[in-house]
Amino acid sequence: MTLLRVQDLTISRTGSGAHIVRSANFALDSGQTLGIAGESGCGKSTLLLALMGVVKPGLAVTGGLVHVMGQDLRLIAPEAMRRLRGQSVAMVPQSAAMALTPTMRVGAQLAEAMAVHDAIPPDTIAARTTTLFARVRLPEPDQIGARYPHELSGGQMQRAAIAMALACGPKLLLLDEPTTGLDVTTQAGILDLLDELRRETGMAMVCVSHDIGVLARLTAQVAVMYAGRIVEDRPTANLLTRPAHPYARALMASVPRIESPGLPPSIHGSPPPPGETGRGCAFAPRCSRAHAACEEEPALSPLTEGGRIACHAPDHGPLAPTEMPDPVVAQEAGAPIIAVRGLVVQYRRASLLSRLTRRSLPDPVLAGISLTLAKGEILGLVGESGSGKSTILRAIAGLWPPSAGSITLDGANLPARVTERDRTALRRVQVVFQNPDASLNPRHTVREILAQPLRLYFNASPTEVEARARRLIADVRLDPAHLGRRPAQLSGGERQRVALARAFAAEPDVILCDEVTSALDVSVQASVLALIHDLCHARGTSCLFVAHDLAVVAALCDRVAVLHRGRIVEEGPARTVCSTPEHPYTRSLIEAVRRASDVRGHSFGES
Amino acid sequence: MLGLILRRMATGWITVVIVAVVVFIGVEVMPGDACTAMLGRDAARGDVLENCRDRMGLNRPPVERFVAWAGDLAQFDLGVSMKRERPIADIVGPRLRNTLILAAAAALAGVPLAIGLGVMVALRRERPFDIIVSTTALVAMTMPEFVAAALLILIFAIWLGWSAGVVTAAYDAPALALLFATPLPAVTLALVYMAHILRMVRSSVIDTAGADYILMARMKGVPERQIVLRHLLPNAILPTIPVIGLTLAWLLSGVVIVESAFNYPGLGRLAVNAVADRDLPLVQATALIFGLIYVSMTLIADLIAMALNPRLRTRRL
Amino acid sequence: MIGAPILRVVLSKPSGAIGVTLVVGHVMLAVLSPLVLPHDPIAQSADLILQMPSLSYPFGTDRLGRDILSRVMLGGRSAMLIATLATLVAMVWGTVVGLLLALIGGRIDTHMMRIVDALSSIPGILIVMIFVAALGVGAAALIPILGYSYGLSVVYIARAAALDFVARDFVLAAQARGEARSTILIREILPNVRDTLAVQGAMQWSWLMLGITSLSFLGLGVAPPTPDWGLMIADARGVMPTAPWAVLWPMAMLSTLIVGVNLAADAFAKALGVDQQLRTVAA
Repeated sequence: MTLLRVQDLTISRTGSGAHIVRSANFALDSGQTLGIAGESGCGKSTLLLALMGVVKPGLAVTGGLVHVMGQDLRLIAPEAMRRLRGQSVAMVPQSAAMALTPTMRVGAQLAEAMAVHDAIPPDTIAARTTTLFARVRLPEPDQIGARYPHELSGGQMQRAAIAMALACGPKLLLLDEPTTGLDVTTQAGILDLLDELRRETGMAMVCVSHDIGVLARLTAQVAVMYAGRIVEDRPTANLLTRPAHPYARALMASVPRIESPGLPPSIHGSPPPPGETGRGCAFAPRCSRAHAACEEEPALSPLTEGGRIACHAPDHGPLAPTEMPDPVVAQEAGAPIIAVRGLVVQYRRASLLSRLTRRSLPDPVLAGISLTLAKGEILGLVGESGSGKSTILRAIAGLWPPSAGSITLDGANLPARVTERDRTALRRVQVVFQNPDASLNPRHTVREILAQPLRLYFNASPTEVEARARRLIADVRLDPAHLGRRPAQLSGGERQRVALARAFAAEPDVILCDEVTSALDVSVQASVLALIHDLCHARGTSCLFVAHDLAVVAALCDRVAVLHRGRIVEEGPARTVCSTPEHPYTRSLIEAVRRASDVRGHSFGES
Repeated sequence: MLGLILRRMATGWITVVIVAVVVFIGVEVMPGDACTAMLGRDAARGDVLENCRDRMGLNRPPVERFVAWAGDLAQFDLGVSMKRERPIADIVGPRLRNTLILAAAAALAGVPLAIGLGVMVALRRERPFDIIVSTTALVAMTMPEFVAAALLILIFAIWLGWSAGVVTAAYDAPALALLFATPLPAVTLALVYMAHILRMVRSSVIDTAGADYILMARMKGVPERQIVLRHLLPNAILPTIPVIGLTLAWLLSGVVIVESAFNYPGLGRLAVNAVADRDLPLVQATALIFGLIYVSMTLIADLIAMALNPRLRTRRL
Repeated sequence: MIGAPILRVVLSKPSGAIGVTLVVGHVMLAVLSPLVLPHDPIAQSADLILQMPSLSYPFGTDRLGRDILSRVMLGGRSAMLIATLATLVAMVWGTVVGLLLALIGGRIDTHMMRIVDALSSIPGILIVMIFVAALGVGAAALIPILGYSYGLSVVYIARAAALDFVARDFVLAAQARGEARSTILIREILPNVRDTLAVQGAMQWSWLMLGITSLSFLGLGVAPPTPDWGLMIADARGVMPTAPWAVLWPMAMLSTLIVGVNLAADAFAKALGVDQQLRTVAA
């Protein structure tokens, strides 16, 4: 019997009727696995929730059907639906930190998952709780159940959530971005666990992720979604080596790879806002192969070598290897623009009030960091959360005064606090923050955002501000029409471009980039990386680029410093560090990246 | 956890000290002093005034007087009322008891009812029951205490004749006699803050119902009833506890009006009379006690919230 | 200011439409009533004591034989004027102090908030009573004292609303740029808390109306014979058994105004998307 059948499923906004998911079709038998790949807003999470009969408020299923184990979810009685959930179909949520009830001990939450179904005899629940915690390799499985969610780390919470999904031995497991937001080593561990569980239990899986590498590890079949539609649906091995849909090809090419440094090609433009697609192929406006036929939306039709595709102009050639632009060699031993010596940052004890009223500050310790940034160089600073990488950046920016050590700008001492620095020193060092949603004032127009540094540093007159703002907006490859908009009217990538334009408006010598691409979709990330590269090299600006993703750093940077627990453990040219890592930590980091996104891996294909 | 409690209690004490300073300064900056008030504007001049001030120690520097006053306070000596010429503690004691009886009766009946109703309407959001109750709550919340008092007297005492309109019992009547003389003051007091609490609980439940962990519990196949009881309510009620404490404390000023409207012999009416009599030591004492009640209410609410919140309870300091 | 689209959203819901209608009606009545008064509101008449509502006196007369309709029409004017001025005082000082504390943070913020806590712990009505008793009754004296007393809660609201944004990266970005503190406050934070504070201002105004009429009720606010709802209710309490209309009309006027303001404020908060913020801020 078909375990899961989705037929012409369409989910729309109740108000506007805009389609969030359009005519999704697929089926899954016991033991089969399906990955759904796509960027944010493509409808993949909405589709996954619908498999459990859930639509978020404001949305409604407006067409098609979902059959789970022969039962039509449209017609199923509430009690039967409840029995289905958790027992036959279980879900691992996107963020376990949000999905575990804060006031309940994790053991009680796991026991509850069993107790509400009759599948497990009540007297064995306690023992099975321990077994399950051990199964997901949580430490001290017999005791960890007494803890509250906030007493677990991010990876442990994710493991607890997996244990909960496994509680009743479901036939079908749904995974919503199971590793997003976790450190790369943690991520690799979770993927190993899920892969192992799938082999052992033989349960069917549907996994949604923006990261094709994750899907490659877990699923035998991958469907790529774009603007609410499945555009290509192939066996994983096939899709990875020779994707045919131009979007799937571009998406895969835009992922930075540690084994082939250099900037990945990006997709021009950005995806349409959810539900706002025209009549034709939704990807046509961004597609280099688009032609007249693309005015009509292509149907999802079978491919001869297996799988399906929705494209009028598929490209069946092999995926071209990443272009390798010539490595930009920084002037050897060029004069340092920024030199950091013996930087120490101590953890400050937050007062009671600040702990109650503000989000807690990360509290890494920097234990004597020394590094230099040469003129015109792009230096990558890579490390996991809590390694202190952002602290270094904030110390240089004067936002987090160090307790010891010195920072010089062009040989001159840079005061510790931003308030003690003179206007020129301030102008020469600019910061770009991680999340442009937060770093741009939602009430300002782009024009006002760009005007601020121009007025502050150059006392620019209104006409001069306008002229310079227009030039800047063109430099970051945006349209002058964007000047009148507010951040909410821009896409994520456009916002980060505006943030970059604001930083470059100061004509700085150094820009400090704090995880500037980690909030962006991968195709947008590629274009922002290219922009940073071009802007810095065109102007001779130096860049300190902080990131958690070694592959991203390797793609952009000339030189890399690896940070671990507040110390630099390895430093060197990007390619050397990635190809021949010296330090064991760097090696484990690279190994984890490989394991987590092993697109040419070995484990898929068996179903 | 223990450290957190001690800290919170310490800040409570600091607040009390600041309240004392503020009350002292407040009375200090007002034109006139105890003697001008006692003697009246006409008699208060020359030797008579000087003698009085000498006798009451008003000629000493303010800091010295504050230290003396605060020292007495620490020994629970509130001073002597000028007008009534009796120790303030004797005057305040029974009336404080009466006010606490009134407030406790209102709170014990009202708070659980308000929380329960708030939860019920939140779970039936936008349905007729919710709309009726929420609108009633809005009207009750926006009705000043004296209007509610007059309205209740009109309906229950005058039209229906179910209860006495005003309290005729003496300030030292037995506790139960006071309470059963008329339930109307307690009902009036309860009405207003119940409305506040109900609306707040309703919002909190609605917000919490949208949380990921509620959806997750549903995905686990947990029955709706159990979702509400185990997942939704603990998380929805927890953040409202400190605010409930604050609401109760804040609405204490309602006591002043309610007691006046019903002629209830409590601290609020005493304060009004003390102000009218310009009995400054008594004004100081009542203001200080109101401050103390406020501080202890918020303190108790915070401690309850800390005890119930695993995030705070399990913190090791 | 509030744009037409926001107003359209507010009016599209019954509660918002009712609220706005009540407020507009009350304001128009307060402004225009002197032009259309049926009778002299302070003229007493021994022949007309406690008349039932009739054609010539639709709302009846009070215990001094004055026309209740005329008095009710005028009865909100003094309180509304005082409330408006006191709201301005409260909003201005509360906002400035609250925003500054949020931005400065650290020890100064902690200590100052402790003092604000202490000041808030003494019931506002008691403070006002003490000052009124000391300085004598008078509307002019009420404004600064009420403004101070009600401004305390504005400090909490403004500070909490600003704290929401102080922690955001755009404020950090402005600091990193080297912008002056005043620029950050005015350019970066104020535009983001403006809507919250505007809605809060409306709520404050309604609480102030309640406070002032309560004071009048206690005989510490508006002085007789000025027509005032609070005074009218206090005055008519004694004759409630025989002439309930005398107390019901001013009650109805006061309640419709306050309910209207709150309904409208709620609707605007939702339309402006600040209801969540106001709620969390209240904690």
